[in-house]
Amino acid sequence: MSATIRTEALSTRKPLRQRLSVGKGWFPYFLVSPTLIIIALVAAYPIIDSVRLSLLDNPLIPSGSTFVGLRNYIQIIGDPAFQGSIGVTIIFSVTSVALETILGLGVALLMNKAFPGRGLVRTAILIPFAFPTIVSATIWTLMLNAQNGVLTYVFQSLHLLAPGDSLLRTTPGVITAAILIDVWKTTPFMALLLLAGLQVIPNELYEAASVDGSNRWQQFWRITFPLLRSALLIALLFRLLDALRAFDLFYILTGGGRQVQTIGLYSYANMFVGTTFDFSPGVAAAVILFLICAVVGVVVVSFSRISRN
Amino acid sequence: MAKQALAVTTASVTAGRARSKRGTNWGGIGRYIALVVVVFLALAPFYWTAITSIKVDAEINASPPTLFPQSFTTANYSQAFLSIQPAFAKDLLNSTIVAILTTLLALIFGSICAYAIARTKFRGKGGVLAIVLSVQMFPLIALVGPLFVFFTSTINVYNTYIALIIPYLVISLPVTVYFLSSFFRELPADLEEAARVDGCTRLGTLWRVIFPLAAPGVFTTAIISFITVWNDFLFGLTMTADSTAQTVTVAIPLFNGEHLIAFGEVSAAAVIVTVPLAIMVLFLQRRIVSGLTAGAVKG
Repeated sequence: MSATIRTEALSTRKPLRQRLSVGKGWFPYFLVSPTLIIIALVAAYPIIDSVRLSLLDNPLIPSGSTFVGLRNYIQIIGDPAFQGSIGVTIIFSVTSVALETILGLGVALLMNKAFPGRGLVRTAILIPFAFPTIVSATIWTLMLNAQNGVLTYVFQSLHLLAPGDSLLRTTPGVITAAILIDVWKTTPFMALLLLAGLQVIPNELYEAASVDGSNRWQQFWRITFPLLRSALLIALLFRLLDALRAFDLFYILTGGGRQVQTIGLYSYANMFVGTTFDFSPGVAAAVILFLICAVVGVVVVSFSRISRN
Repeated sequence: MAKQALAVTTASVTAGRARSKRGTNWGGIGRYIALVVVVFLALAPFYWTAITSIKVDAEINASPPTLFPQSFTTANYSQAFLSIQPAFAKDLLNSTIVAILTTLLALIFGSICAYAIARTKFRGKGGVLAIVLSVQMFPLIALVGPLFVFFTSTINVYNTYIALIIPYLVISLPVTVYFLSSFFRELPADLEEAARVDGCTRLGTLWRVIFPLAAPGVFTTAIISFITVWNDFLFGLTMTADSTAQTVTVAIPLFNGEHLIAFGEVSAAAVIVTVPLAIMVLFLQRRIVSGLTAGAVKG
């Protein structure tokens, strides 16, 4: 009897969400403010300060905080090392993200049907993703170095490399190695993300299409691909931004050296390896990288908004 | 049910691109072979590192390289642990402490933020989420310059744990908020309702009802945050000068000399750093994947 009364009472009340959410409206702000304050202080403010530092002469010495306008930017844009780093970064980013996406999609399609041991496969391929990039790069250097690397031995036996040579001696070789390592490390992430997207697509769509006579290839392009689009774009965005910011990988592959640099590595070398006069140009390089990432982010997000409408 | 089975079988046979009337399912076998190859490629480098770490130096440099270790030594591990330059064991401790402290702070701040995002309505909620997630897109190198200047001049905490924890919060909070909000969203709302009816304050509901229920999700998020901080290299490199606060990721390349790679020690160090991570992933893979993909798929 009490149950019936309760049910009647419930049906006249406001929906659960509205009852739970606070009437006054200040409580949620109280909850999110610590996080927002930390982000404002430790992320937003330093970015702005980076711009400020990049416009100064030599902020590390007391007398050096004179405003020099865009001199640092002009200086690095004319620096062949910086131009090279832009090339390295772009080639690396585009190639590795493209490969990761294609291979990740392939692995996701492979794993789309349930089979015994699928959980084990998922774990096995997820493990490289959990390692620090430093460790992944180190592990691969053990296989790619000139002295005792097992892959170097294989390449030399296949006459892809001269005896005594290794992949890590030339700039294209280092970029290739970096792409290899990044694809190894991140394809599982793409695969699992796309797999989740694939599994949301209801089977009935494929059945209906089969009945209508379309083959696998058509089904892929007409059904799978459009429905995967949002997962694909998110994955692409994060991977592309990660690749543009590459630092750890190239640091290890070049032994911290300056031979092959991404923009991040160029910035670091200027800030911490050169003289104090190189500090603010290094900061300028970092600001440029930030702008590149911001543009990429805006472009991809707008593209996904447009394509959704 | 039968219709599903029929669809699956049809699909997998067509996928195999081989027509066999009955009997051998070439498509299925092809799939298995491909998956074995994938798993092999994923784990092979780790295998090579593990065997290198137990080989003696002479065998490490043997040519051709040996796929199965012929020697066995624990010298690489003891050399790594007892190493002074870099002080690997101390750096390991530094990494652990900093990661734990950062994770605790990130959980405290991030959980209440995630709860607000998952359970309440307020103006600007979409903006808050966008801001928190967009921080993940920052190139960290752009933060390093000002933080370095700040930590060396304005407040002198360079080369201490604080100089690491502060930037680490920035990389940990977005991940924490993201995962926790998706876990919170899956909690049944009726229980909160019941607690409030029973007279709990809003914060009381939070602590006494939500958090115990969310414990598994919180635990998973804590691990993910820990791994995220643990894996950092850039801040460890730039915010510290020596093993007072240096992290283990910075230590690993320091084993190598100018032109000499310390193969044995470095591989031992790599194994030491990755085995705990691998174990964590092993136990949590299902939850990690569901947390990762929930946001992407549900949107």
